[in-house]
Amino acid sequence: MATFFGEVVVAPSRAGVDDEDWAEEAREETPEDREIRRELEKKREIDVLWTVKSGASTESTTDEPFACSKFIVAIGHNAAAFLSSFILDSVCWEVVGVVKLWNEWCRTSNTTTVLPTDSFCLFYRLISDPTVLLCQCSCYVAEDQQFQWLEKVFGCMQKEGLQVTILSTCPVADYKTQESTLTLPSPFLKALKTKEFKEQVCCPLLEQPNIVRDLPAA
Amino acid sequence: MFVPCDRGGGGGSAGSDFKGFTLLMPAVSVGNVGQLAIDLVISTLDMTKVGYFYTDCLVPMVGNNPYATAEENSMELSINAEVYSLPSKKLVVLQIRSPFIKNKYRPFCQTLLSWVKSSKCARIVLLSSSHAYHRDDEQLLGTPLRYLLTPDLEKAVGGLMQERSWKEMEKVAAYPGINDTEKVLHIPGGGITKLLFTESCSKGIQMAVLLKFCSEGDNIPDAFALVNYLNEWLQLIKSEVNTSSQWKIPSSWRLLFGNGLPPALF
Repeated sequence: MATFFGEVVVAPSRAGVDDEDWAEEAREETPEDREIRRELEKKREIDVLWTVKSGASTESTTDEPFACSKFIVAIGHNAAAFLSSFILDSVCWEVVGVVKLWNEWCRTSNTTTVLPTDSFCLFYRLISDPTVLLCQCSCYVAEDQQFQWLEKVFGCMQKEGLQVTILSTCPVADYKTQESTLTLPSPFLKALKTKEFKEQVCCPLLEQPNIVRDLPAA
Repeated sequence: MFVPCDRGGGGGSAGSDFKGFTLLMPAVSVGNVGQLAIDLVISTLDMTKVGYFYTDCLVPMVGNNPYATAEENSMELSINAEVYSLPSKKLVVLQIRSPFIKNKYRPFCQTLLSWVKSSKCARIVLLSSSHAYHRDDEQLLGTPLRYLLTPDLEKAVGGLMQERSWKEMEKVAAYPGINDTEKVLHIPGGGITKLLFTESCSKGIQMAVLLKFCSEGDNIPDAFALVNYLNEWLQLIKSEVNTSSQWKIPSSWRLLFGNGLPPALF
């Protein structure tokens, strides 16, 4: 960064170590600080609202987890658009849930009628086989909310015999390879799978040293 | 927090019994030096993964096996906090692969230390680093490597450090320029190092911190320096004249500084 001569600039660390924040945390919290922090945490809480059979929206309570055999999650605008264009329709799929959240980048609401340009996170169920669930997550889930999203969504499902497929996109520029990404035919598919996944994968596996982060990783 | 791997044939309990073991772990700190050093240890000693930490304190990430040596072992998933073990050396290693989420330093340290107590580890060795530009005139001369020991471990191994002329991390004035008598420990860029160290002191846990002064950049030489420093004490590999060549670089260190260049550039 260009600065005027003599100015010392603290370079940010790749390790994400931020000393100022750190020193603040080390100090004892006053009751006011605690109150503010609690309020902020409450604001950033995620609500998963399931539509019950009667059609009314209710908070997800500690009901029995519902049976689920396949769960497809599309994270990001591209993946969500893919599902909208090729899979979802109002005949075979019905909306069964919505995630309401707020962070500095986006806010979603509990409405189930959305435009493609909105931020939203909706759950659909296949009418002919109600154990097949689909999620379109077209909003940014912040770092501190990802674990909560994971626990609240998966907490509602029976995990025995569940197959989860996660669809996501990453910029080609982030792909690490020996050649330059300029010459790579793009877009291209890569996969990661757990050792419990025994079926054939439809594309090559993601090579080292590439990684996936944020909600798809969670 | 700790989730053991399933190993066929009831190896589960063996995987989480670390009584008397040394826990080696990194702090996520400047230059990621501690983490790079841990990568070298796991890769060289060919350690077995015995479990992972299920935690909301670190940014999630996942990839394929970073220590893969061949097609066969390259397909195991790897996440942000994993535990490896080498029973023959009574060594258990935690590797952390992503930054901490804001406000989660303290909860992580507390959970980690209670896990250390419950799994009966004998001691913790923390590999870390600190901003080189914070050094004073004296620290600029001589070795950039430092150590710290909790009082309990000081009794046990303090003598070893003295023999090797290791330098203890200096304390700095709490109010520089105003009052130079009150000294505190200050590890800028060290991440959770100071917190983990002070908590260990107060909980009577034996902990050693080994750190190096460094800056962001190509931190591979720093990692080698730190891991050789560690090896002087723990003797994980035979130290010969050219110790740098004894450590095995993992396959995930490829392309640390970007992809190949497009031929059209020239």
